[in-house]
Amino acid sequence: MGSYILKRIVGSIFILLLIMVVTFLLMNAIPGSPFLTEKSTPEQIAMAEAKYGLDKPLHIQLWNYIKSYLKGDLGTSLKMQEGTPVKDIIFRQGKFILSIKLGIYSLLLAILVGIPLGCLAAYFRGSWLDGCLRVITTVGVAIPGFVLAALLLIAFSVKIPIFPTKSGNLPNFKSYVLPVISLSSYYTCYIAKLMRTSMLDAINQDYIRTARAKGVKTRSIILKHALRNSLIPVITYLGPVTAGIITGSFVVESTFSVPGLGKYFVQCVLSRDYPIIMATTVVLSALVIIMMLVVDIVYKIVDPRITLTAKED
Amino acid sequence: MEEYNVPLNIEETVENDVPSGKEEHGENDVLLKVEDLKVSFFTPAGEVKAVDGISYTLGYNEVMGIVGESGSGKSVEAYSIIGLLQNPGKVIGGKVEFEGEDLLAYTPEQMRQFRGNKVSMIFQNPMTCLNPVYTIGNQLMEALTCHNSKPAKKKDENGEPSPEGEEPEEEEYTHVSKQEARQRAIEMLELVGINNAEKRMDQYPHEFSGGMRQRAMIAMALICRPKLLIADEPTTALDVTIQAQILELMKDLQKKENTSIIFITHNLGVVAEICDRVSVMYAGRIVEQGKVNDIFYNPQHPYTKRLLASIPRLDEETTERLVPIEGTPIDLLNPPEGCNFGPRCSECMKICLRQKPPFAEVGEGHISACWLHYKDMIDKGEAEK
Repeated sequence: MGSYILKRIVGSIFILLLIMVVTFLLMNAIPGSPFLTEKSTPEQIAMAEAKYGLDKPLHIQLWNYIKSYLKGDLGTSLKMQEGTPVKDIIFRQGKFILSIKLGIYSLLLAILVGIPLGCLAAYFRGSWLDGCLRVITTVGVAIPGFVLAALLLIAFSVKIPIFPTKSGNLPNFKSYVLPVISLSSYYTCYIAKLMRTSMLDAINQDYIRTARAKGVKTRSIILKHALRNSLIPVITYLGPVTAGIITGSFVVESTFSVPGLGKYFVQCVLSRDYPIIMATTVVLSALVIIMMLVVDIVYKIVDPRITLTAKED
Repeated sequence: MEEYNVPLNIEETVENDVPSGKEEHGENDVLLKVEDLKVSFFTPAGEVKAVDGISYTLGYNEVMGIVGESGSGKSVEAYSIIGLLQNPGKVIGGKVEFEGEDLLAYTPEQMRQFRGNKVSMIFQNPMTCLNPVYTIGNQLMEALTCHNSKPAKKKDENGEPSPEGEEPEEEEYTHVSKQEARQRAIEMLELVGINNAEKRMDQYPHEFSGGMRQRAMIAMALICRPKLLIADEPTTALDVTIQAQILELMKDLQKKENTSIIFITHNLGVVAEICDRVSVMYAGRIVEQGKVNDIFYNPQHPYTKRLLASIPRLDEETTERLVPIEGTPIDLLNPPEGCNFGPRCSECMKICLRQKPPFAEVGEGHISACWLHYKDMIDKGEAEK
């Protein structure tokens, strides 16, 4: 297991390098410059670019990024907060924490609500409960997060003012509710659907019949025998969910005025603040890669038939 | 076939040297009595009478074979005894008595306690019958601990078993401790011929071969020392060498543990190997029932005769062709008015298509449901009482 994790981490470094190259090429493909304003003259722009090394050939610029990243230096902001180290902007100013909090709560909600709902629907399949859940989950999967966010905002902040319209720095529980629901609704519903199918499949397996023949209690059959087996496809899906929730936060943060990393990232793209774009992309990618690794390890724990090392051969 | 057991007139000839706490049983003691059992499946297309009034008795230490082709209702019948029938299947009539107790009147909780404890079951495909994510030991021990009926204290509300946990059940009970259960599980694995049982306990089903898994299934089924084991085609999914080993093992254990067995199969060779008595089923009904030798050497019902003619024999000329039974089984959605086998029977008479044949006693403990046995009466015009 240890050597497997080590191998994965070494592999991740190469993935991150690749992500850096792609991000670098993409952000340079957008026309414009961080120093371009209505008043600036071409000379001023050229001077500023020379100061930050933006006049050098692309491969040199890329190499400079890689060199400084290997040293742990994420560069300094060019425009948004000129001269401030990017590391401070992401980690010190609470933006990262805000986004991560939103993401983790949404992920937890999706798992803790989606899985039981799916189990209930499967256990009471064909009943009115199953029917209701099917309608709700289908609607939940069909409505995009940003539409739901707007609807929730109108319904529960404007018409019935229970929750704040601006969640801000997420000071209290109330401020979390709407953003977390908007961010996780799709995933909650999708996991519930996936769980229902997978639980139904598990319930009809021969080993469930064996457990029944042994005289195991129904509760134990569902919670011990069926649940663990039906979790396997859901766990596989959790990797993409994590990525989706992290990238999805961009929209939700804007709608609920949460000054998180997602919202800031969009502003940086608009003002071509290259170092921040690069750093944010790399940090979020690293997060997703770590989550994927965690998912794979959990997968191994839940299903003993899976051998992690075989993939490497 | 060793005559250690006389069907319909049950004698216990095996010495009771196993400390299983089983009492001696008299000649006519009946372990299981099934009377006119009817099971139907209510499908959108209509009622399918999967089991249409079957009756038999099973004595202590007896091995009864139930043979029949696919869809003849043999498994459904067994499932309804043990209460494993799933929707849309329903027992719609008849009686099942186990040691004098009416099983059909049991509450689901009583039935759960009964299953695996007094009666257990092994299934056809050992590859899929064990839960792939728990160790063999865990599953064996569970078979034992789930029958510990007296919880020390009610922990059900807060002590919820975690789905990731290996043994979420154990703490709830005091009856059989985890160590005792483990010890017993190891003993059982050794009993069914699994070497290195201690180590095997902690392995997962995918680390076992097919034959080994079926052995583990048998160990699991017998761990509570049930009085009756229902074996639903336990050797069908195994290759012949392993089949022979498993049959040998079951025969051996049957004697050691004094368990009665209902052996469901479509393999007549297996029946000859292990059973004392045989019921031949066709389209939800028993057509012939008798001692294994009577069924094989003196079959009375045309279906049994044709069935036996369709299997290859070692002592026959090699040029001899096998005789198939013409036609296909009846549609259980629209069963015929008369004998179910009538449409396929070469000796079918007029009455066969009009009325179901009653059982005729054709020998000691040998019954057959066919109008041919009443031929003399029919010829005299007396049959339709």
